[in-house]
Amino acid sequence: MDWSNVFSQALTQGIGIQAVIFCLAAIGLNVQFGYTGLLNFGQSGFLAVAAYGLGVSIAYAGWSLWVGLLVGIAAAVLLALLLGIPTLRLRADYLAIVTIAAAEILRLTFRSVTFDPIFGGSDGINRFADDFYRYNPYSGPVKIGPADFSQNDMWIVTIGWILVVILSIIVFLLMRSPWGRVIKAIREDEDAVRSLGKSVYSYKLQALIIGGVMGCFGGFIAAIALQSIQPDYYSTDLTFFAYAVLILGGAARVLGPIVGSVVFWFLLVLIDGALANAVSSGAIDFIRNDQVGQIRYWILGISLMLLMIYRPQGILGDKKELSLDAR
Amino acid sequence: MPDDHRPLVEALKDVPHEAGVAKPDPILVADDVMRHFGGLVAVDVDHVEIQRGTITALIGPNGAGKTTFFNLLTGFDRPNEGQWTFEGRQLAGVRPHKVAKYGMVRTFQLTKALSRLTVMENMRLGAQHQRGEKLFASIFPFLWRGQENEISERALRLLESFNLAQKQDDLAGSLSGGQRKLLEMARALMVRPDMIMLDEPMAGVNPALTQSLLDHIREVRAGGTTVLFVEHDMDMVRDISDWVIVMSQGKVIAEGPPHDVMSNEAVIDAYLGTHHDKPLTDSGEALTAHPEEV
Repeated sequence: MDWSNVFSQALTQGIGIQAVIFCLAAIGLNVQFGYTGLLNFGQSGFLAVAAYGLGVSIAYAGWSLWVGLLVGIAAAVLLALLLGIPTLRLRADYLAIVTIAAAEILRLTFRSVTFDPIFGGSDGINRFADDFYRYNPYSGPVKIGPADFSQNDMWIVTIGWILVVILSIIVFLLMRSPWGRVIKAIREDEDAVRSLGKSVYSYKLQALIIGGVMGCFGGFIAAIALQSIQPDYYSTDLTFFAYAVLILGGAARVLGPIVGSVVFWFLLVLIDGALANAVSSGAIDFIRNDQVGQIRYWILGISLMLLMIYRPQGILGDKKELSLDAR
Repeated sequence: MPDDHRPLVEALKDVPHEAGVAKPDPILVADDVMRHFGGLVAVDVDHVEIQRGTITALIGPNGAGKTTFFNLLTGFDRPNEGQWTFEGRQLAGVRPHKVAKYGMVRTFQLTKALSRLTVMENMRLGAQHQRGEKLFASIFPFLWRGQENEISERALRLLESFNLAQKQDDLAGSLSGGQRKLLEMARALMVRPDMIMLDEPMAGVNPALTQSLLDHIREVRAGGTTVLFVEHDMDMVRDISDWVIVMSQGKVIAEGPPHDVMSNEAVIDAYLGTHHDKPLTDSGEALTAHPEEV
């Protein structure tokens, strides 16, 4: 069996397309959940409207890539307003209910037969991003240490990580500012913030929009990298993996989503590869090869539980902060 | 400046000692404020005025509706009916953050210090009109750095006067209960309120801190801010209040200077029950007559 191949696969995925997508989704969640305390369980919806906004603009309306990106961002802002305006005055759980339902409604609408001519039904929208790859500066496959990328993958991954860096810097600046101070105070006690003359509602809406727009870049990357927008990619799993990434890395930490997504995808692919290897070489004979895909999630789930028990603040979190009584 | 409040306090001398009486220069006037929870009438205030520049105490037995009245006035709860003006401005139905912006700032009975922010950050949060609190300006520190420094200086001066300056970089969650009370009061002052409303400022405060807390409240008045506070500690009420308003079962039942109010028949009845000064003969007889029921 080929352990070095398993390791290089894991490393490639650890800094690869999926890691970038989930990192961007988690950066948005970090603003909403980590810093503001908003329970957005519909992050997949923000990625979906961005991806479809881009895809429909190019494939259906025939607009350029740049217009498509703007349409996607506008769609994310609109979704945030639509979800936030009616629910953010209510208790926190209502936002959770509404967002998870809205994300599913969006997915089912996108895959419905009725809108097939626009959204492409369950096949989605395909091969619309050639424009993006026309700008590709790489002329062949690229090797970074043991990690291996094709020409096109390298281009989208490069853009992805540049976006991650830019958005992380913006989050850093936001959270160090008086605006971030209000946001963090809202997470702790809304009434205290109200009593000091700040409109909690307006700040929560701003955080929802910012987090949604940051997350929507994950939708762009997913759509462009695969040259395909599949409705079922934007299911609730995507949201929950993004939460896992955020909590693993450490919520309310600027670098939390980055560390979280790299570790998450590295481990997932490593466990997958190692198990598959062990099974095919006969070292493990009580599971079959087709069960490996499920069992890797068991192992990952158990590891996450252990992490929460022994290190509830995540990899980068601050234990001292967590232990304080934050009533 | 520090003695600006004197004439306003003096002006209370000629005010009759009766519930709902008009004041010479009221900052807050409330009319027919009513709040009921199902069948229970929590607040039913016909008319009450708060004199500007004074320290007014709001007292009354448990369940008298004092905190509910506070919540109504500051917009944290909505009345079933009634209206009130603050500095001549209608405040009924106004949202709590607007009430604070208009200059009426409250603290809470259960202290709301923000534990995961430092003491200094708690203080800075109180300042109004911050450029850095605007979303787009916030990512350009040079737009708000100067104002932030001014705010920090003012916060530090306040913290010094509340003996919290050496704690400025600690998380507020690490403070003691009494220090949190002080921090909450100092933070409310960062808003530069015209009137500060303190809900049980003494509850849970170490007696050793009591005197300095009283001094702080007097300083607040000297700075021109009107103080309204709810308190159960009668020594404190007697010590620092210029005027006392007594509530019982949602209504204002008496008003006057502390000494007068505390000897008021209706007030004593409200606290101790109507028959507190009668001999216990009836119940005493009942006890001897039917000892097996005890």
